[in-house]
Amino acid sequence: MNDVIQAPTIEYGTLAPLLVVFGAACIGVLIEAFAPRYLRKSFHVPLTLLSLAGAFALVLVQTLRGQVSTTPSAMGAVAVDGPSLFIWGVILILSFVCVLLINDEGHFVASAASVPGSSDEEEAEAHDNGTGHTEVYPLVLFAVGGMLLFPAAHDLLMMFVALEVMSLPLYLLCGLARRRRLLSQEASMKYFLLGAFSSAFFLYGTAMIYGFAGTVSLPGINQAMAAGNTLDPLLLIGFAMLGVGLLFKIGAAPFQAWKPDVYQGAPTPITALMASGTLVAAFGAVLRVFWVGLGNLDWNWRPVIWGVAALTMVVGSILAITQTEIKRMLAYSSIAHAGFLLVGVLATYGSAEQNAVSLKAILFYLAVYGITTVGAFAVLTLVRDPGGEAGHLSRWAGLGKRAPVLSGVFAFFLLAFAGIPLTSGFFGKYAVFAAALNSGTQPGDSMGGWMAGLVVVGVVASAIAAFFYVRVIVLMFFNEPAADGPAVAAPSMGTVAVIAVSLLVTVGVGLYPESVLGVANDAASSLFIR
Amino acid sequence: MESHIAEITQHTGGVIGSAWLMIAFPLLGALILLTLGRFTNRWGHLLGVAMSLASFVVAVLAFFELIGFGEEQRRKAVELYDFIPGMVKMGLLIDPLSISFALLITGVGSLIHIYSIGYMAHDEHRRRFFAYLNLFVAAMLLLVLADNYVGLFIGWEGVGLASYLLIGFWQFKPSAATAAKKAFVVNRVGDFGLLVGMFVIWTTFGTLTFKNLGEQITAGQTNGAMLAIGLLLLLGACGKSAQLPLQSWLLDAMEGPTPVSALIHAATMVTAGVYLVVRSGAFFFPEGSGAALAVTIVGAATLLAGAIIGCAKDDIKKGLAGSTMSQIGYMMLGAGLGPAGYAFAIGHLITHGFFKADMFLGAGSVMHGMNDEVDMRKYGALRKVMPITFVTFFIGYLAIIGFPLLSGYFTKDGIIETAVHHQPILGWLAVLGAGITGFYMSRMVFMTFFGQKRWAEDAHPHESPLVMTIPLMILSLGSLGLGAYLVLNGTLYRFLSPAVGGDPADAPHFDPFTTPGLATLALVAVGVGIAWMKYGRAEVPAVQPRGSFLTTFARRDLYGDALNESLFMRPGQWLTRLAVFFDNRGIDGLVNGLAAGIGGSSGRLRRIQTGFARTYALSILIGAALLTGALLLVGTI
Repeated sequence: MNDVIQAPTIEYGTLAPLLVVFGAACIGVLIEAFAPRYLRKSFHVPLTLLSLAGAFALVLVQTLRGQVSTTPSAMGAVAVDGPSLFIWGVILILSFVCVLLINDEGHFVASAASVPGSSDEEEAEAHDNGTGHTEVYPLVLFAVGGMLLFPAAHDLLMMFVALEVMSLPLYLLCGLARRRRLLSQEASMKYFLLGAFSSAFFLYGTAMIYGFAGTVSLPGINQAMAAGNTLDPLLLIGFAMLGVGLLFKIGAAPFQAWKPDVYQGAPTPITALMASGTLVAAFGAVLRVFWVGLGNLDWNWRPVIWGVAALTMVVGSILAITQTEIKRMLAYSSIAHAGFLLVGVLATYGSAEQNAVSLKAILFYLAVYGITTVGAFAVLTLVRDPGGEAGHLSRWAGLGKRAPVLSGVFAFFLLAFAGIPLTSGFFGKYAVFAAALNSGTQPGDSMGGWMAGLVVVGVVASAIAAFFYVRVIVLMFFNEPAADGPAVAAPSMGTVAVIAVSLLVTVGVGLYPESVLGVANDAASSLFIR
Repeated sequence: MESHIAEITQHTGGVIGSAWLMIAFPLLGALILLTLGRFTNRWGHLLGVAMSLASFVVAVLAFFELIGFGEEQRRKAVELYDFIPGMVKMGLLIDPLSISFALLITGVGSLIHIYSIGYMAHDEHRRRFFAYLNLFVAAMLLLVLADNYVGLFIGWEGVGLASYLLIGFWQFKPSAATAAKKAFVVNRVGDFGLLVGMFVIWTTFGTLTFKNLGEQITAGQTNGAMLAIGLLLLLGACGKSAQLPLQSWLLDAMEGPTPVSALIHAATMVTAGVYLVVRSGAFFFPEGSGAALAVTIVGAATLLAGAIIGCAKDDIKKGLAGSTMSQIGYMMLGAGLGPAGYAFAIGHLITHGFFKADMFLGAGSVMHGMNDEVDMRKYGALRKVMPITFVTFFIGYLAIIGFPLLSGYFTKDGIIETAVHHQPILGWLAVLGAGITGFYMSRMVFMTFFGQKRWAEDAHPHESPLVMTIPLMILSLGSLGLGAYLVLNGTLYRFLSPAVGGDPADAPHFDPFTTPGLATLALVAVGVGIAWMKYGRAEVPAVQPRGSFLTTFARRDLYGDALNESLFMRPGQWLTRLAVFFDNRGIDGLVNGLAAGIGGSSGRLRRIQTGFARTYALSILIGAALLTGALLLVGTI
């Protein structure tokens, strides 16, 4: 054997956004190791923000140069195509605003490893100036890097690695809430256990699919299906396992149970990151796996995902009604929205044009839902009780009288979640449902009537969901405030910026949807690399 | 019948390509003033004026760019963006009709903005006032510039909102608050008509843009659906333009600050109905159709009703409001007569915009000097103490009664001549209306500026500051010469013909020596004479006399409110009570049952969420099993 090992070709230019984020994360670790404690934050914040902004600029450059690659990069492991770039841009913007929230003082614990209530913790608190763990920043960067890689991964192994890179820092971050330590640690533990459980499914599914196809590359799997028997139990079981791993991440029923507990326990800025960035990344991956990897199997998976989508929408919106905790309510709302998005995934069927239309709808929905979500969670951080954020809904009664502007903004976000016209949420839902209806009319689709049925389920679920959004608005504006009601903290510049940007986008896109729709359309028209 | 309407072509670039700036400037002004709040108190009014002026400049530039094109190329559609993808593309239509309106709105609007600096100087909410004024200008421009009915409707609702906010601007007065609500409710009836009309257009033609409608509808085509659309649009026009039977809100709307009455309730917004009819004229009001006939009847009836009401009012603003109703009645009458009438209707609309704004602002100037007194019986002999106001008001007065060679003479006479030619009965009613106009307007001038002083003891009338009188002078200049410019040689007719139809070669020649023309002049002279006998020479009692049955009839607005109350309000109240009863018993029961059902299932489902990680893991396992099973099952069938 005198063969020289061929060095893999890596398209550094194309992958630059990823490399910038991961590189900055590594530098962040070095800062933790070498910078004195009181200086760390002043290193971390600029580094984190600049790297995210820089990565975004690189994404922008690639998009604007109009040379979006049509072949996978890094020896077929990563596909930086139009949809990937759009998703990257969205994730980078969302994580940038989330970092502005994270930057606020008082969200993170000073010493996560100490037993809550112990003297160790008190001591750490005493030496802390409100910053808490500064490891948060490199952890967030790693998570964001994982989020970027996850939807762009072109083979199942790379996707698994990305999944873990994204999830592991998030497990940790969930346990770092400064207040209500036990709840936070419980959330972290649960998220970790269940996440590991679902990752195992993902890996197991990958192995079985490899057994069927002899490759882990997504297009390779699709070709193997075209050539082989698509009814091979190995393939079907493998796909089901893979599906469990992916559906867990987006929080589709019946894999949604972790979402409310984790969203509630995690520090609110981290919840915002998970509810926006992770969801966007996971949907990117879902789309890629289903459309690129299983394109030849859509006779089999579409009916199953139909059921999952319907169940998710119904479970999300019905369970949200009886929630008394505002973060839990938003968690269920996020589950319902995952269901709406799955409707869009189902619509990627038929002609290339139909594929592009539904892809555009999902990309648009993800972008506008993500930013509205961050805005809503940013508002949550400002309404505080002595013991931390005022989570219980009854505490929000009459807030409209005490803080009319903040309540008005929050009400607007809720209306956007509900999909009221002239908010961005309306056009998101409209685009997804319209694409779904249209897919039913594609020639040769036996699911035509079923798609219409799913849209009806979606509309009914939206109506139920509107109830609990509006209930909060009623609570805020038409109820008498409690005598010892929560205080509205004076927001920092960062939080103001986050809320303002979210509001601006939600209003702006609601009035002028073409702004984002156009970009999503350009991204979607090139489709995923198959 | 041959159509002379020019084709609408797409246009980009130039001032016309940026015509959206016209709307954007005042909208931005309103946004800044409303969101930045009291930080803008010191300079907010100046910003409002600047934004309105900027919009005017854009309109003027766009106008000159437009007339640079040949007559057949003067209809430019500017695409803005996909508003509702696949259904409505938002765009603007710049053509002779819309640009005429844009010039009127921004021009007169700017003058009224400037006037308001002085008029509202002592109001603590002056900034908010300018914000609303800017909002109004933006909405009104959207209304006339939109190239589709959806945009028009958004503007339509926008001006309704601005009107509501401004009528109720002094909301601490219960009468103002009530008037605002009344205007809103009555307009709702009209808006409903417009909305349903749009629905029918959509179901019949599948489009709401003027361009596509123009391509689909051939000239003179009529059928049941189109008649229905025409009548529904007319209902909308009646609401906004205070035409019978939806006229009742306009008189009460005078509770708003006087510049509002001048801008919204005289010069611009109330003419939106005329715009709607003329804009839709080629589609739904073709000459000789039932819908067009309905328009003329409504117009003639309102012009008489308004004139009669105007005769009996002692409140100077309400008198002017009655006159506004009446003059818009003339425009409606003209708008129902096809292309020959359109030019005069729009011409009268423009000149009326000038002389009525002139008189309203003049009335405001009088009130400003008289401690906000509106009762003309407390005026008298003001011409000496308020010379500028008097002269400008007097020019407006001469214009409205149709004194030869002033603005109103040409445009109103045009409408009357055309009406007598096409609809003789209605035409002669319009002649009668002109005579009544001569009477009630003279009555107003004599009671206010001539005769004896009947001032309240603490009144010290004085001339208003220049910031208020300069707009008056400019407006009175327009009242002097504009009509001759527009009508002689058929200038406006030829300018508008690409947009509204009408053969440019048929431009009417102005001939004052016809039977109706001379009869009008004679009747006006009689009206003025009677007014002089009763209010100029004789002493005006300071307290309103009881008056005859007819006077009471007119004072009570022809019993319009009483009619509304007994016909609609009381049955409406009964209906709501009935509806509430059914709602509580039937619908609420159903809804509450449904809600309870969903809530109950939510409560039961909630128990799955135990909080134990092991339960969650189990649910994932079960889910995985279900997924696998389902996939295998689907695979086998």
